[in-house]
Amino acid sequence: MTDKTPALRLEGIVKTFPGVRALDGVSFSVMPGEVHALMGENGAGKSTLMKVLGGIYQPEEGQIIVEEMPTVMTSPLQAKSKGIVFIHQELSLAEELTVAENIYLGELPRRSFGRVDWAKLYAQTDAILEKLKVGFNAKTIVGDLSIANQQMVEIARALTVDAKAVIFDEPTASLTDAEKVVLFDVISDLQSQGVGIIYISHRMEEIFKITDRISVLRDGSYRGTLETRATNEEEVTQLMIGRALDLSRNVSHHEMGDIALEVRGLSCGDLFKDVSFEVRRGEVLGFYGLVGAGRTEIAETLFGLRDPSAGTILLDGEEVRISSPADAIGKGISLVPEDRKGQGLVLGMNCRDNMTLPQVGNLSSGPFVATGAETDIFEKYKEKLDIRTPGWKQTVGNLSGGNQQKIVIGKWLSMHPKVLIVDEPTRGIDVGSKSEIHNLIRELAAQGYAVIVVSSEMPEVLHVSDRIVAMFSGKVMRTFTSEEVTEENLIQAISGIAATDKVA
Amino acid sequence: MEAGKLSKFLKNGAIWGFIVLELIFFSVAGEFLSLSDKAFMDADNMLLLLKQSAPIGIIAMGMTIIMVNGNIDLSVGAIFALSAVILLDSMTWEVFAGLGDWVIPVSWGLALLTGIVLGAINGLIVWKTGVDAFIVTLGSMLGFRGLVFMYNGENPTSSLNWTLVDFAEAQFLGLHTATWFLAVVTLVIWYVMTRTVHGRNAYAIGDNREAAVNAGIKVGPHMLINFMIIGFLAALSAVVFYSESGSVNPNDGQLYELWVITAVVLGGTKLTGGSGSIISTLGGVLAIQLLRKGLGHIGADTSTVNLVIGLILIAVLFLDRQLNTKGKEELKI
Repeated sequence: MTDKTPALRLEGIVKTFPGVRALDGVSFSVMPGEVHALMGENGAGKSTLMKVLGGIYQPEEGQIIVEEMPTVMTSPLQAKSKGIVFIHQELSLAEELTVAENIYLGELPRRSFGRVDWAKLYAQTDAILEKLKVGFNAKTIVGDLSIANQQMVEIARALTVDAKAVIFDEPTASLTDAEKVVLFDVISDLQSQGVGIIYISHRMEEIFKITDRISVLRDGSYRGTLETRATNEEEVTQLMIGRALDLSRNVSHHEMGDIALEVRGLSCGDLFKDVSFEVRRGEVLGFYGLVGAGRTEIAETLFGLRDPSAGTILLDGEEVRISSPADAIGKGISLVPEDRKGQGLVLGMNCRDNMTLPQVGNLSSGPFVATGAETDIFEKYKEKLDIRTPGWKQTVGNLSGGNQQKIVIGKWLSMHPKVLIVDEPTRGIDVGSKSEIHNLIRELAAQGYAVIVVSSEMPEVLHVSDRIVAMFSGKVMRTFTSEEVTEENLIQAISGIAATDKVA
Repeated sequence: MEAGKLSKFLKNGAIWGFIVLELIFFSVAGEFLSLSDKAFMDADNMLLLLKQSAPIGIIAMGMTIIMVNGNIDLSVGAIFALSAVILLDSMTWEVFAGLGDWVIPVSWGLALLTGIVLGAINGLIVWKTGVDAFIVTLGSMLGFRGLVFMYNGENPTSSLNWTLVDFAEAQFLGLHTATWFLAVVTLVIWYVMTRTVHGRNAYAIGDNREAAVNAGIKVGPHMLINFMIIGFLAALSAVVFYSESGSVNPNDGQLYELWVITAVVLGGTKLTGGSGSIISTLGGVLAIQLLRKGLGHIGADTSTVNLVIGLILIAVLFLDRQLNTKGKEELKI
């Protein structure tokens, strides 16, 4: 931060939508070579601000200043030509094309008659890839790369221009810990080249690891900028939500009931092998492991989406075979899936119909839907779970992530399952709703449900679980009780250090 | 929220507004251009219009369910033709010779059964192989049509039963038999789609198939039932139409699938599934029939009619995209 000219500066940005002041005079700046975190709950205005920066929205007031030059952004492409580049959470790559073609998509170097200059293309691409120190080359097909490497392709794309500021939007959402390290290396390289970086994330650990300053938005207005070194998580959280957040370890112990679900030696091809565990009524069993450790696959097998290749599943002590989700639901196993929008909800349907979808057949009289009974169920769980929606007619797609998740949870609770499996309960949910969902999970256990929580966030599993199953490459490494577990021994278990030499 | 309601009203009501526009246009234009001195909105003419809407309309109701489901059925024209052949041919079969007029319900039953079986074949293939319905029914469209030709070569299959013709040409409360069939089918399918579990599941599957599976809905059997419904309706459409005409050419019903899809799409059902309404489909059916009849009324020939309908279809869908608020945030292409 030797240079005193900000790479990018926003001044008093105001953007309103009918009835909402989405951005209310937001100002902040990012210096060359600085990593500047932008934080705020969902709906705080981060995405709107980014859309203003990318020229998708035009602000009513305020200015965007790139290296002291007031600039009007008209499109993401134009923003890129000014040196403002976005790395989006959702990758937008053509999977069938090569890395080089993706990086120069729309700007392929040409020879006469519009032919592509392949030699130049590959040479330029390899030069960029070398800077990023990645393990693939220009001719690799993007679809063959891991998500982390695909993200590197996106970053490489950003480097084709003389980038002044790079905006990362939740870049680590789908990365493993090892991949995160690589990403952070790349970010620090960019930093040393004097690029200003805006880093949007919900994850405190990362923010405190890599950023220099933190700016916070709440309800569309700017709440202040903190020096990362001089602040702590509580202060940032308070600024974001206006109150403190409880992420303490789970210590509340209540009476446990009988074993609801027991799994013995369950295997599914190479996805997971010889997995055994049991979960009691009133207990929250956490599953923790890296991406690809087989956690989600176990959940899917229990829910009848995959056929196990070996092993037995016992429900209330009786052996069962689960052949389909319908079968699982009938037997009392419910799954709140990882991808809420893709697998959990029918986004175009209203709240009530989504909640009663699995049991609409039971509620009916003959072939006809009993809408009154449906509405009763919705109203009951709306109150129970504190779902904030104007009414049951509201389309689910219009709700916030936290409320959508509550609809999915309510959907299963209203059917009183024996076992509730929750895969990534708070993915893409803002900090405030996160603790609500956590409390809800604890409360369900207290009410006597057997709950399985699959998560890739360590604070989350530590917070909600009574016991934690640590997985590594398809195997159960160890099952911890909440007294035994520490962050250190949990990390060791899930990275396979205690086991063989197969360290990823 | 008010703005959302308005655009929703515009979307749902648009097709009926279009129909009113057509009626006005053809009535006025008819005064100057028509060769006949009868008014376009003459009661008999309108009743005839409803009757003529029936063959396409009955199938369109089934197509709406199929398309809400996120599927499509291109084989309806061929099912229509094959059911018609079975209907007319079976009336002359030796085994039924002693039945007298009782052969009518038997032949009807056979024709409807044909439709259900052909639909079930489509549905089973879609369910069990997981191949896209477009491809499956493209194949069966060719296959079923092949069966029609195998049955009687290039020759028409004919059988005129006067009792049947009397029934088909009858008018009850002013409406023709075919119109009554269309009305009943519309009402029943509307009820299925809006009030029953099956209808609810149809929308859920079309909107998000994976979420539907995760909610325990048996998607395969559900789709099978829908293909059987549309097969039945295609056969019913044939039964209604050929009871009157008494003769089927092997090429009959060709391009029906496209007219049906046009009507459903005009009614606002999305090709991607998850949304659509039976009442709007009825609007789409009537709008097309009005256009065909109206253009004929002012002296346009068939080729002009097709050109105009094609243009209007594109214009309507473009307008729909403009009205649809979601369209504004979509990427420019």
